Amino acid sequence: MTTRYSKDHEWIRLEGDVATVGISDYAQSQLGDVVFVDLPAKGKTVAAGAEVAVVESVKAASEVYAPAGGDVIESNQAIVDDPSLVNRAAQTDGWFVKLKLSNKAELDALMDQAAYDAYLKTL
Amino acid sequence: MGDTTETLKVTPLHALHKELGARMVPFAGYDMPVQYPTGILTEHKHTRAAAGLFDVSHMGQVRMTGADPAKALETLVPGDLQSLDVGKMRYTVFTNDQAGILDDFMVNKRDRDLFVIFNAGCKDADLAHARAHLKGVEIEYLDSHALLALQGPAAVAVLARLNSVVQAMSFGMGATLALGKYEAFVTRSGYTGEDGFEISVPGDQAEEFARWLLSQPEVKPIGLGARDSLRLEAGLCLYGHELDLTTTPIEANLNWTISKRRREDGGFPGAAIVQKQLAEGTTRKLVGIQPEGRAPAREGTEVLNDKGEKIGVITSGGFGPSVDAPVAMGYVAPQYAKADTPLSLMVRGKALPAKTCKLPFITKRYAK
Repeated sequence: MTTRYSKDHEWIRLEGDVATVGISDYAQSQLGDVVFVDLPAKGKTVAAGAEVAVVESVKAASEVYAPAGGDVIESNQAIVDDPSLVNRAAQTDGWFVKLKLSNKAELDALMDQAAYDAYLKTL
Repeated sequence: MGDTTETLKVTPLHALHKELGARMVPFAGYDMPVQYPTGILTEHKHTRAAAGLFDVSHMGQVRMTGADPAKALETLVPGDLQSLDVGKMRYTVFTNDQAGILDDFMVNKRDRDLFVIFNAGCKDADLAHARAHLKGVEIEYLDSHALLALQGPAAVAVLARLNSVVQAMSFGMGATLALGKYEAFVTRSGYTGEDGFEISVPGDQAEEFARWLLSQPEVKPIGLGARDSLRLEAGLCLYGHELDLTTTPIEANLNWTISKRRREDGGFPGAAIVQKQLAEGTTRKLVGIQPEGRAPAREGTEVLNDKGEKIGVITSGGFGPSVDAPVAMGYVAPQYAKADTPLSLMVRGKALPAKTCKLPFITKRYAK
């Protein structure tokens, strides 16, 4: 079970056919205090790179893009009830959605941990 | 980033902000702290609970001297400056011939001058405007001075450790004071809805003075992010958002800044339009807007009536940490301006329910 990252700072982790998606710890630290998340309804289909959720900090709204395409099978009610969970546990309990992927090969285009760490150093 | 920041101006506290771990952003031509490591929510709540120290040195501090600077300045603003007593301050605006607002600012009447504080982004234009139009007034830009705002219920106790005179000042009063070894012009004022002080000190004393303030247990450094959420909860206008060249003081609910004498006599740019709007009303009004859900509605969000027709726009919107809910201000057609009028806000293509509300969102705690 490896975690892969997009250049927009989403992470995606595959277990079987189901991938969990969230934003990276770097992304939450850049956003600052998260006060609201807008998550998609179950059953929504998203393409790789399309907007799947919105996260709002005190200052600004930011889009969360699907790192790979698929159907939304679950949204994380815990971050709706307590948006600060995104700040406290961005890469674990603060996940956004679970997707049933339509094409697992899309994951190959994403960065692994080492590549993402190197990417962060360029920012 | 490097190329941009090199061209930005810095305040006398710039090195201190960096030492404190601030996240710096370009703001009105300056490299300014938007937040410190604890984050905007914590900074905001700390200011309301204890005391926050803000660096507002990017704002323009100006001295006006001459035979009668108050009388002269009245030709450019609708505020009543001639009735100001020494040691008192007044909030007013520069207007243009259409009664549009060039800037909003504070005027302090002192023994020998008027002390005026312009917005950072407007100060160069303000100076040019004042110099071009104020005959017989000497205008000195105090760019060697820093300006610090100490805001919150504990601010008075903190400052009283340096000079107990501050306890006797009511909100809106100003005085030149020794604060320990520092020489300062102190006004009991601010833009957070809290009691507090704005303190003008020579730039070369600013860092040491700020370090002393920060050494007090009640005081934490606060960035521009929390400054914005604090003033929004307090229902205070921000230039470039609620106020600009297209908004008049009457549309912006600044009627209270225009005295009976100035309404009747006019004598400022756009006076005829202001008088007409006072008599007949305006086509839009600034209101508080409270979204009903948890989704913040940001600046630029369209405001709709119950038929889905556009009736206005949000000028400032975000999350109010003390209200623990989204808060906003915006302009609506006057028939929708009454408190508790149901509205919709177009947020990301969805019409979300909201209502107009009385400002401010919090109870102001100014010292009487």
